[in-house]
Amino acid sequence: MSKPEGLDADAIRALLRSEGEGIKENTRHFNAERYDRIDEVGADTHEQYRSEARRIKEDAIDRLPELIERTREAVEANGGTVYVADDADDANRYVTEVVEGNGAESVVKSKSMTTEEIELNEALEAAGTDVWETDLGEFVVQVAEEAPSHIVGPSLHRSREDVTALFEREFDHDEPLDTAEKLTAFARDYLGERIEAADVGITGANFVLADSGSIALVTNEGNARKCASVPDTHVAVAGIEKIIPGIGDLHPFAELISRAATGQHIPQYLSILTPPVETPTVDFEAATDPNFGGNDADRDFHLVLIDNGRMAMREDDDLRETLYCIRCGACANSCGNFQSVGGHAFGGETYTGGIATGWEAGVESLDTAAEFNDLCTGCSRCVNACPVKIDIPWINTVVRDRVNRGTDPGFDDLLVDGLVPDEETAGTPLRKRFFGNFETAAKLGSATAPLSNAVASAGPVRGVMESLFGIDARRDLPTFERTTLRDWASARDAGDPVVDPRRRVALYPDVYTNYVQTDRGKAAVRVLEALGCEVVVPDVCGSGRAPLSQGMIATAEQKAASVCETLDPYVDRGYDVVVVEPSDLAMFDREYERLVDADDHATLSSNSFELLEYVYGLLENGADPSPLTAGGGDADGVAYHSHCQQRTLGLEPYTEAVLDRLGYDVLTSDVECCGMAGSFGYKTEFYELSMDVGERLADQFADAAENRTVVASGTSCMEQLDDLLGPTPRHPVELIDPAA
Amino acid sequence: MSSVAEFQQSLSQSNTESTVTTPETFAETLAAVVDRPAVGAALPFEDVDLADAPVTLNPTPAQLREAKTGVTAAGLGVASLGTVAIQSRAAGDELVSIHPETHVVVVRERDLCPDLDAAFDWLEGRFDEGERSFVLATGASATGDMGALVEGVHGPEDVHVMVLADDE
Repeated sequence: MSKPEGLDADAIRALLRSEGEGIKENTRHFNAERYDRIDEVGADTHEQYRSEARRIKEDAIDRLPELIERTREAVEANGGTVYVADDADDANRYVTEVVEGNGAESVVKSKSMTTEEIELNEALEAAGTDVWETDLGEFVVQVAEEAPSHIVGPSLHRSREDVTALFEREFDHDEPLDTAEKLTAFARDYLGERIEAADVGITGANFVLADSGSIALVTNEGNARKCASVPDTHVAVAGIEKIIPGIGDLHPFAELISRAATGQHIPQYLSILTPPVETPTVDFEAATDPNFGGNDADRDFHLVLIDNGRMAMREDDDLRETLYCIRCGACANSCGNFQSVGGHAFGGETYTGGIATGWEAGVESLDTAAEFNDLCTGCSRCVNACPVKIDIPWINTVVRDRVNRGTDPGFDDLLVDGLVPDEETAGTPLRKRFFGNFETAAKLGSATAPLSNAVASAGPVRGVMESLFGIDARRDLPTFERTTLRDWASARDAGDPVVDPRRRVALYPDVYTNYVQTDRGKAAVRVLEALGCEVVVPDVCGSGRAPLSQGMIATAEQKAASVCETLDPYVDRGYDVVVVEPSDLAMFDREYERLVDADDHATLSSNSFELLEYVYGLLENGADPSPLTAGGGDADGVAYHSHCQQRTLGLEPYTEAVLDRLGYDVLTSDVECCGMAGSFGYKTEFYELSMDVGERLADQFADAAENRTVVASGTSCMEQLDDLLGPTPRHPVELIDPAA
Repeated sequence: MSSVAEFQQSLSQSNTESTVTTPETFAETLAAVVDRPAVGAALPFEDVDLADAPVTLNPTPAQLREAKTGVTAAGLGVASLGTVAIQSRAAGDELVSIHPETHVVVVRERDLCPDLDAAFDWLEGRFDEGERSFVLATGASATGDMGALVEGVHGPEDVHVMVLADDE
């Protein structure tokens, strides 16, 4: 078993207990606020800003070398200095020299993940300089000697009580610090004295403007404004990717960044500084001299731009997008797993959340990224949350693939290489190959059912599965059907064909619908036929979702090519492809863009539909709903959990609309993900995390489930709801099945 | 809704008090809203100034530290957000607006713009003129880092905006 270091069940359990509560409350609050502010500004307007921001970043990274030189020219023309550092040591050496050259004894800093990345504090302290973090969250983690758990809220994992205990232990303070107000007042006064005494102020930069040599800082507390104005020396440290051409390009980011990060329309302070600024420095040692101490000290400004792997990321077609990141944390806040476990599990040396994989792989190493990469389930809830449209799940998949390929082949491979029909190199962990090749297991399981089910669920076998594949024995295994959906459909083909069909449908038999949950497939056929469609179930392989989720991109490509080859002729003959399992539709729509050629992707993407989306379309176009099984209004309550990838595609309203039209009273969940996410919830070390994420869904449905039928669009969600709520949840199509 | 009314409504949403005044009533109004001792940065306006106001211009560091109120101008107000633009000037606007616990901002009605889009048009114009350091400030300084939302962190806890009405 090759399990990444530091992500075993014990470590996750400990974090769920110690930090889960604070993380959950804070991330879910930010996430909800984000939705609310975007609603207020309007989805279309928000989307325009995203497109504009994306275009600006693509262009800026494309022209980065030129923009670095323009920045240098502008800053120097203003009287400042630019230093482009190759790596962390280079940057730390330069900043240390500036600080020592200034004769500085102490430095005050505002929050900067980039200085966390290069471990600047440690370098300065090693040189004998006192360093004070003035952002309250950074101050907390500095005092606690721990790493930030969140890009925007470094101490997000700590409750008020935690901070009280920490401060009362670390500081000799007379009064109790038992409220957020008292803690804030104490930290402000304590750090205020340090700001007054500091010789150098260090800030990050959210954006650097090449044309004018300006930096933009997005802050709420006011400490960055003080760090940049009180001392006479200001050092700004930023990754080279922060550069955009000019002030005119800043507008979309100013609209987006705080909405995405914390659900604010605008931060308390958006500072746009073109140092050296005209603001007088303050010499608190000359306390009684007018004009802020009367010192006419010239301001000294240094902009330290950091490469540290970024230029190489720029050359990497799969990692490049990471450089568009504006560090807002929306991918963390919208992530079901992150909401439970936080950045101390879901993060690397510096960066946390979904995009951390890209950052850590780029600036640290593949090994660092490998430590937490498996926490991304590919659910895609971060995709629409990201203000610059980074395909974060794809970056995570690519890194997973590279990690797989970088693993030394071991005994497992010799055992499995001949058995599994995949395209993976020796070295891909055995359990990943097992989950990635689930289709093979399903075929075998179905062909030998019910014996296979009986054997698989037997105690000794579950023990072997747990030790060999890390499949948690606490999970029920899928039960394979002896008669597949395709067998059933072929047997029916001999029956009465639909005369003069309204539409022709090729129903995609995904692995689960074909071998495990055949009932939902049968219901789909009956519903579509009742609405006047001719339905065929093609002989087609899995979409590649399973191997892709394990980072087995080559295998996924092979599956994708085969699916296109099988389905294209149907499309050519006028068939619509209708898909039951949302994660497979998402493959056709999103991931196939990267797995098959553009024509094949366009063909399949534009001719494939989610099942209830398709039913909605049929009804809108005049199909008679009367054969379908209708609900009885309020008495017929439904608790509906859509599917994460389905919601990313914006398709859940169709299910709601169809059920509503047929007289069902629908309550829809609003959690980001159920926590099951395909194979994720089966994996031993993730079982408890998966259940913790699922609890949020269970809580929403707890009361409702008593008197409502629970339905879910996705396979995984059904399995998870089964485990959480007991009664077997059904697919929405089974409710409206004429045979119901 | 006139831009002043919208501006005031946005200010109230960010817990910011506001008062509409005229050049004639400015001194009296200011004296009423300033909590003393107070420091200030000279206003770059023609029809009002801080010469007779109860504020200290070009203060000593001790006065800056002890001040309860800081009075500055804003070159721009954004009606949709209640945001004001404070410029980094030699008069010390940046310092006066961030150190004391109350910040009193004077903005002229004619300097109100509808939204952030217009604010950036204005900023581009200022940049062209060589004025390139501003903070767009909205409400009081705030943090959630101590376990609950607290206003008044390293910056002001209260902000009071005085809108100087244009001559009719």
